[in-house]
Amino acid sequence: MPEFSKPTIEYFELLPLLIVFGTACLGVLVEAFLPRDRRRVPQLLVTLAGLVAALAATIWVATDLEEHADGAARGLVGAEGSVIVDGPTVYLWGLLLVFGILGTGLFAERRLEGGLSAFAGQAAALPGTEAERLAATKGLDHTEVYPLLLFAIGGMLLFPASGDLLTMFVALEVLSLPLYLLCGLARRRRLLSQEAALKYFLLGAFSSGFFLYGAALVYGYAGTMSFAGIDQAVRAGTADQGLLLAGIALLAVGLLFKVGAAPFQAWTPDVYQGAPTAVTAFMSAATKVAAFGALLRLFYVAFGAERWSWQPMLSVIAIATMLLGAVLAVVQTDVKRMLAYSAVAHTGFLLTGLIGAQGVGDLAEGQYSSLEGVLFYLTTYGFASVGAFALVTVVRDAGGEATGNAAWAGLGKRSPLVAGAFAFFLLSMAGIPLTSGFVGKWAVFTSAMSAGFWPVVLVAIASSIIAVYFYIRHIRLMFFSDPDPDGTVAVSDASLLTVGTIAVCLAATVVLGVVPGPVLDLVVGAGDFIR
Amino acid sequence: MSSHLLLTAAAEAEHHVPVVAPTEADGVFSLLWLIIALPLLGAVVLLLGGRYADKWGHYLGAALPIGSFVISLMCFFSVLGRDEDDRQVAQHLYDWIQVGGLDVGMDLLYDPLSAMFLLLITGVGSLIHVYSIGYMAHDPRRRRFFGYLNLFVAAMLMLVLSENYLGLFLGWEGVGLASYLLIGFWQHKPSAAAAAKKAFVINRVGDMGMALAIFLFFVTFGSTSFSVISENAAGASETTLTWLGVLLLLGACGKSAQVPLQAWLLDAMEGPTPVSALIHAATMVTAGVYLIARSNFVFELAPTAQTAVVIVATVTLLWGAILGCAKDDIKKALAGSTMSQIGYMMLGAGLGVAGYAFAIFHLLTHGFFKANMFLGAGSVMHAMDDDVDMRHYGGLQKMLPVTFLTFAMGYLAIIGFPGFSGFFSKDKIIEVALTENLLVGLCALLGAGITGFYMTRLMLLTFFTKKRWADDVHPHESPAVMTVPLIVLAALSVLGGVMLAGDWIVDFLSPVVGHVEHEEPPLPAIVITLLVVVVVGIGVALAWFFVQRRDVPREAPRDVSFVTKAARADLYGDAINDGLVVRPGGHLVTGLVAADRSVVDGTFTGGSFTVRGVGQGLRRLQTGYVRSYALSVLGGALILVLTLVAVNL
Repeated sequence: MPEFSKPTIEYFELLPLLIVFGTACLGVLVEAFLPRDRRRVPQLLVTLAGLVAALAATIWVATDLEEHADGAARGLVGAEGSVIVDGPTVYLWGLLLVFGILGTGLFAERRLEGGLSAFAGQAAALPGTEAERLAATKGLDHTEVYPLLLFAIGGMLLFPASGDLLTMFVALEVLSLPLYLLCGLARRRRLLSQEAALKYFLLGAFSSGFFLYGAALVYGYAGTMSFAGIDQAVRAGTADQGLLLAGIALLAVGLLFKVGAAPFQAWTPDVYQGAPTAVTAFMSAATKVAAFGALLRLFYVAFGAERWSWQPMLSVIAIATMLLGAVLAVVQTDVKRMLAYSAVAHTGFLLTGLIGAQGVGDLAEGQYSSLEGVLFYLTTYGFASVGAFALVTVVRDAGGEATGNAAWAGLGKRSPLVAGAFAFFLLSMAGIPLTSGFVGKWAVFTSAMSAGFWPVVLVAIASSIIAVYFYIRHIRLMFFSDPDPDGTVAVSDASLLTVGTIAVCLAATVVLGVVPGPVLDLVVGAGDFIR
Repeated sequence: MSSHLLLTAAAEAEHHVPVVAPTEADGVFSLLWLIIALPLLGAVVLLLGGRYADKWGHYLGAALPIGSFVISLMCFFSVLGRDEDDRQVAQHLYDWIQVGGLDVGMDLLYDPLSAMFLLLITGVGSLIHVYSIGYMAHDPRRRRFFGYLNLFVAAMLMLVLSENYLGLFLGWEGVGLASYLLIGFWQHKPSAAAAAKKAFVINRVGDMGMALAIFLFFVTFGSTSFSVISENAAGASETTLTWLGVLLLLGACGKSAQVPLQAWLLDAMEGPTPVSALIHAATMVTAGVYLIARSNFVFELAPTAQTAVVIVATVTLLWGAILGCAKDDIKKALAGSTMSQIGYMMLGAGLGVAGYAFAIFHLLTHGFFKANMFLGAGSVMHAMDDDVDMRHYGGLQKMLPVTFLTFAMGYLAIIGFPGFSGFFSKDKIIEVALTENLLVGLCALLGAGITGFYMTRLMLLTFFTKKRWADDVHPHESPAVMTVPLIVLAALSVLGGVMLAGDWIVDFLSPVVGHVEHEEPPLPAIVITLLVVVVVGIGVALAWFFVQRRDVPREAPRDVSFVTKAARADLYGDAINDGLVVRPGGHLVTGLVAADRSVVDGTFTGGSFTVRGVGQGLRRLQTGYVRSYALSVLGGALILVLTLVAVNL
């Protein structure tokens, strides 16, 4: 009979995770014990306090990480091997928590809808029924969105930190389920929103199946779920290669679905458009950060020694993703859909960075690694994306947000500030020099180039050029077209929550473009994964 | 320092390519950043200032480039007083990107090459700003116009002052943006909007070459700084250098409207005339020449790339000249001429160390006389109620005496009338071309003859021949704020040749572009000069014979030769573009333009459908999709597994 031994948990290093999950549970208690009309403020405070505390804990953990083994990485393998707290993990945690705080700000915005939040008053009420009308007139509000947001963030924190395939799968589900729900809670256009949620859920479940199957195959190959164990098995290279390759491909499907890479991108525009824009803003940045963190962990740590097999595969995916995203964005007539396809294109650019993996010895002296390039890109893209979607929430007409392109015509004449800020985010996504996007693109493209993947870089530059075309076209639309004289589109007066979020994103985008030094230092200082 | 100098000397002895090794900026050079900052400040104030700035905005917009000009002059005189080895000055502003091995500073480099460009950009730029005060006097969006112009000047100055390719790229994109905004300035004209879009799309192709070159620089040398690259260029393989050269050439072709990326320049004449003078004649379009002269450390080691430059330049100089012969639109005729003259500069730059200095020399004189003629054309249009068709002009020399006289100076300069600036600069390029390669030299000579033809034709159609304008047009001379810049530029067009006195400009530029012993041309120099004059004379005489001696119809005749038809259609540049150049990566680009016209613009009006009628239509559209999405996921997964397994087993 096996002996039971007490597991060791590194409570200090896991503090950010524990705080977020703990706060989420606290949020559920608030839901249970406070009357409906008094929940919003406590929920908001609890959520913000939890996120800020987790961010503070992350910074504390980051300053206290010890050097690991050979000195290339810092941190430790915790929770019996299932969670790895190292430099990249901590960096991603910080990033995710910042996006979480910004997202909370957008969630809590109530002035735009005339005192109501952007979420459905009563999600269970059928659209167009009496019950829905009643919920709207009574000013009901779903405050469950805050605990849902916290659970999603918790899953996202765990995702890139997981140390084995099972933890990674659990994290994937924990982050996904709340997002499915959140997507379906839009107050306006509820059918579209519910459809998006259902679609996201069905396809997400489908792709999770692939991930699980892949995990099973890799387990069959390596005899272990832990990334370090898989790495050893790959290096030993004795078992059946076919199992491993099929496993890699299926695991990739699960993760590539989450980041929205072709040919698994089809859900992105529908979900980005259908979800409440505050949710879109949050998940466009945070899901991408978390899923790319997981991709990096899986492919660099577990399959790093097998990179000659997966680099060509991901190159093809990257090329397809960039071209598809950029070309389809050109023909979009809806701002949210355009930003969604642009997000697909950016996934391709990030994958370009991902395939720039090189062995530790192959890097030139002082050269930054592809890991660092991708982390920086995630930072720049995340802020620009949150900011752009946040701006979408304030351009409104009688029917809510006015996301049709026609509604944005001539916006620069009526609201130069909003149009200017949006133009700036677009320019940053386009990668115009002196914006953060340029430095990010530079970082990922050069790492792919020095790893020898110049055809991918060629396509990447071609697609960024196509992308510039539609970004600039939208800017032209805002500044050079005449507004519809009968249009009722106007920039609504937003509360400090939204304005503050936009301002933070704008400041981050400017600073990361003009003086990216400190953040780049931070990224480099994060060091390597613990292998 | 001494070891550094030794290294420089060694590199020079081996390759004749000077290494960029600047000293730290001090004295007046610590003001370098202000040269860029002043017009940038103007752009910010004018574009964000709103209506408050309407009253005085144009004065501010004109004053700031003048300020930059004064600083440039101070720097220029200060550098003249320095030792020849000491004429490169760098100013480090701050670390832009610094991570691991990637260290890109916001560094400025002032050397004789940038000195010349600074004077040209701020000098001619200031004159054109002053002229625009008059030209744009009645435009309601004048403040915005000056804001864009200032933005352009700032970006162009960044382009020529940067010490690394990344900073240069920043300016490169900046001038592209300003050019786009200014071509489409009169946005109410669909043709202007289309021209702006065309310029933008074609320039993207060039920018792609630029971006790739910069990545390749970084991967090869671990840096994008001129000093690092010029020091280590000899260590790189020739294949890499050839690729670098070709990619840089692609970038230069886009910006400088060289074949095969030339098609946008003639359309760009939709912009206001001062824009054509400043951006599409004097400064921005010469950025490609700057790029090649600046990258001499690459091209000197990559003969194949140099040959490519020469071929592109020769084709372009003839191409542009032929276009110039057939156009009836005065600005388009001048634009064809610009294309052709930039071809001469590119030719000079492509010929290597022997030609760089003359390329820059021609660039400067061309900046004077072409800006002069464009502004003159603007003055004529001003008088003729914005009519640009030369067939509607005729006999204007009495009505517009100042414009006529100043334009005539520019005319004499461009055809290379002995003693005028263009005579010296073009003659030198033809001489070097004849020395290096007979065929290329003959083409350049032929080009000079065609130049004589089309410029005389333009001159005769506009100022001589019988009056052909309608009775309700009352030509009048422009106000002083417009004619004074014309007079200054005319004086420069006449006197620009003094820069060659005692080979001054060659010696002045040699720390940047190198110096070779003079090679004997196949014929004595004086014979070549005479030959050029004779060929130009033939061109002028032919124009006289065809234009002045016959009646000019008000409508362009239809029954013309195939050559004329082809030239009127820009030598089928657009057709060739669509079919050949853009096709490799480029079915995409044409497809996008088509998609933009049919799909997007078509559905823009339908956009409100998605805003309001969300429910029914979209729902019906989308319910079927989940299955197909899932199918694509499954298909993708299958393909991934199969390829991964198949490729690796």
